[in-house]
Amino acid sequence: MRLVLIGLVAGFFSALFGVGGGVVIVPLLLLLCAWQARVATATSLAAIGVTAVSGVVGYALHGDVRVGYAALVGVPAAVSVVGATALQQRLRTRTIELLFAVFLAGVSVWLFVK
Amino acid sequence: MSYVLAVVLGLVAGGFAGLFGVGGGILFVPTLVALGLDHHDATGTSLLAIIPTVLVGTWRQSRYGNVRWRAALVIGVAAAAAAQGGVAVAEALSDATLRRLFAGFLALVAVQIAWRARRAEP
Repeated sequence: MRLVLIGLVAGFFSALFGVGGGVVIVPLLLLLCAWQARVATATSLAAIGVTAVSGVVGYALHGDVRVGYAALVGVPAAVSVVGATALQQRLRTRTIELLFAVFLAGVSVWLFVK
Repeated sequence: MSYVLAVVLGLVAGGFAGLFGVGGGILFVPTLVALGLDHHDATGTSLLAIIPTVLVGTWRQSRYGNVRWRAALVIGVAAAAAAQGGVAVAEALSDATLRRLFAGFLALVAVQIAWRARRAEP
């Protein structure tokens, strides 16, 4: 039942913002279900696959999907995710996480004033 | 912005997807906007770009034995249904409004990641 709720919240925001939904699914699995971080991120990836297909179909009906651009960023990402999942099994990620948070805050300001 | 930079950001996005499960989309959308797409196109296109990333990511994680398939299916199916609501709301908003909402969402994500990093402190 909790999982259905998490899915409903994640799916809505995923499609609204064009993100995977992992940012919603992972913290909810950690907080509500007390899962291990690695299991939560892995399961979230699998769930995102289903969600993204549904979102793409929805946006494609409105003519908002550009296949060439999707390949431009999506294919390199599919390559580097292999190395990153391997790293995740052993790495300490705290410093990278803090840098990433600062970077996202900067992008947020840019988009807001753009 | 050059296409080379787009490819580099794609690589970085995949790296973060694998490390934190935060999804490449959070970087895909700003990258696509910087390439000149309007915010609605960037949103739809980002969702398509996510698919190859999560397919490969899930395959790798399942080999480490980290994926709980039944839970993923329950979350995924519920999310797929709710996604249509998200699309409908996004299409009803203006480009500028959607962009500002996304910017706010990004700020929240930044706070959440920083909080997670602090909590993991030894």
